[in-house]
Amino acid sequence: MESITVETYRVKTFRLLLPLWQPFRPGMHYDVRLTAPDGYQAQRSYSIATGPETRNVVDLTVETIEGGEVSPYFHDIVEVGDQVEVRGPIGGPFTWDGSMGGPLLLIGGGSGIVPLMSMLRHRNSTACLVPTLLLYSSRSPGNVIYSDELDALSAAGNGFEVEHTFTRKIPDGWNGFARRVDVEMISEVSDRLGIIGRAFICGPEGFVETAANALVNAGIASERIRTERFGPIGTR
Amino acid sequence: MEGNVAVLSRGFSGFRRPQPPREIPEGQYYETGFPVLTYGPTERVSQSDWKFTIDLGEGGFKSWTWDDLMAMPQTDIHTDIHCVTKWSMLDSDWKGVDLDVFFEQAGLGENIAGDYLMIRSFGGYTTNLPVADVRGGKAYIVHEFGGEPITQEHGGPVRMIVPHLYFWKSAKWVESIRFMDEDAPGFWEANGYHMYGDPWKEQRYWGD
Ligand SMILES: Cc1cc2nc3c(=O)[nH]c(=O)nc-3n(C[C@H](O)[C@H](O)[C@H](O)COP(=O)(O)OP(=O)(O)OC[C@H]3O[C@@H](n4cnc5c(N)ncnc54)[C@H](O)[C@@H]3O)c2cc1C
Repeated sequence: MESITVETYRVKTFRLLLPLWQPFRPGMHYDVRLTAPDGYQAQRSYSIATGPETRNVVDLTVETIEGGEVSPYFHDIVEVGDQVEVRGPIGGPFTWDGSMGGPLLLIGGGSGIVPLMSMLRHRNSTACLVPTLLLYSSRSPGNVIYSDELDALSAAGNGFEVEHTFTRKIPDGWNGFARRVDVEMISEVSDRLGIIGRAFICGPEGFVETAANALVNAGIASERIRTERFGPIGTR
Repeated sequence: MEGNVAVLSRGFSGFRRPQPPREIPEGQYYETGFPVLTYGPTERVSQSDWKFTIDLGEGGFKSWTWDDLMAMPQTDIHTDIHCVTKWSMLDSDWKGVDLDVFFEQAGLGENIAGDYLMIRSFGGYTTNLPVADVRGGKAYIVHEFGGEPITQEHGGPVRMIVPHLYFWKSAKWVESIRFMDEDAPGFWEANGYHMYGDPWKEQRYWGD
């Protein structure tokens, strides 16, 4: 474990220095395996947050799930210098790189931003100009992961826009979306993008289901839509 | 994971939230819910649109509609499910028809052409299986889960279950079967997942 960064009060980023770093496609994940002294093991998957242009290390961004077995271990126990057993990179369908083109619609809920961030970082470091729109649902502005970096990316004026929606606490004077993702919201942002070449949706199950159905209803071919479901319970 | 030498995780004891009532495969955890995992949107297939076809080779096909399925001998299946994303669901109840009954009605009996088959779903998902793994009460075409119609997210109206293998082998929205002389990868198998997928041998990925 090379470094640990606090992203929000429930989310931290863990930078792993890998003995054998391997190229990957943005959207892929690593499997983490924890082993107790009695041999008991627990495995979970965590998406790679860094782009493939960042070599030798990978960042895993983990939201702590109350009562969980693995995510609170990362948050409360893991320290810089600890060994963590990982396997990867793994995944295929939920990946995007510049060669796949766009326009690209990314829809993330909570920690579902992580694999999308890898895509955005890749897009930025390769100076890729594929028109890209991120619709990002968070409980409140304080829960937005990678907030400053997203602001900087969208300010760069290279065809990337971010649209936030807040579901619990709405800041004073906010005139953006302030509700859970729904059909109207999806059709509004997809209209803004015009044609949708590829759509990637990631987050809790219910969130992904709603967003994917909305895109299908808006006439986007299923083959263009990729989903990744992080957890059985919706947290937004 | 680097051979099988485990790295001890400092300060990790593991508390195995709810204790499984019996042993589950290595690397799995006991899940009391039923998570949804699909690489794309949920396919919307109605009962009247659903049709299941076996490609008999040489241009021959045999198909079944929803009504045909209902008229076939039904089996209640009580089984454990192991998903490659690490959760295991124990004691699940399904209702449907043994794949052997389809083979019989298609007049296939013992003379199936090829040792492998490719399952295809509405929406284009595919997964490969050895023929031996779907015969003798190992694989079913099911339409009820827990006494209720299977919901669309979980592969309704009709999905397949092959409970002794990782759950990606159990195709949702099942549409057809084609026999193959040689094994060939389906969707996940072409994306790094194991060709066979035995959870008790932890055959998750290529090279396991
Ligand atoms: C391909 C893939 C990539 C993933 N990438 C990431 C990632 O980048 N960052 C990240 O934080 N997580 C990610 N996850 C989720 C992660 O693998 C774990 O499921 C999550 O950290 C919970 O594990 P746990 O051991 O802490 O909780 P568990 O002990 O597994 O669960 C404790 C309780 O919380 C519930 N629960 C499990 N997951 C969630 C959830 N997401 N929201 C609410 N309740 C939940 C369980 O049903 C259970 O009741 C990913 C999952 C997959 C399948």
